[in-house]
Amino acid sequence: MLNFAIETGFIMIGLAMLLNIWRLLRGPDITDRILALDTLNINAIALLVLFGIRAASSAYFEAALILAAMGFVATVALCKYLLRGDIIE
Amino acid sequence: MNPFIEFVVASLILLGAAFALLGSVGLARLPDFFTRLHGPTKATTLGVGAMALASAVYFTATRPGLSLHEIAVMVFLFITAPVSAHLLAKAALHRNPAAHDKNEANE
Repeated sequence: MLNFAIETGFIMIGLAMLLNIWRLLRGPDITDRILALDTLNINAIALLVLFGIRAASSAYFEAALILAAMGFVATVALCKYLLRGDIIE
Repeated sequence: MNPFIEFVVASLILLGAAFALLGSVGLARLPDFFTRLHGPTKATTLGVGAMALASAVYFTATRPGLSLHEIAVMVFLFITAPVSAHLLAKAALHRNPAAHDKNEANE
């Protein structure tokens, strides 16, 4: 049962990431692309957590935490650049 | 592993994956930026939250002792998702102030 759930989860997250990549390539505005990147990053965290359950290893969890922190900083930096034309004033 | 715990972990994983997929469908299909912002920032965060909870339950059941460090990912995402959504909405309004006037006219 757990194996079935993990494999279905992989397929669903993979589909979600494909939809995000479609929006990332299509745009139309740059804010759509930033939102697509942010969502792609959050889905990558979900994928890493799933890998962690499948491999029964806690190493994946550390990667997920770092990805969460870096993704948030990247989104904030991109938005700040759009708003002010500069990141650290 | 206890079949009841296996069932709980499996259903949390499926719930999380379904929410993540729904958020991305919203991102791909909804008509304008502000509606698109709505989908992923809520549904996807909830999906990853359910998945982190599944991981916490699984490692608590299979390892000795309580495994709470997945909850850190969950709390971090729940704090940062509204902040990044707010900044994205601000950036979009800054780029296209007409969207704000359109909303005011609709009210």
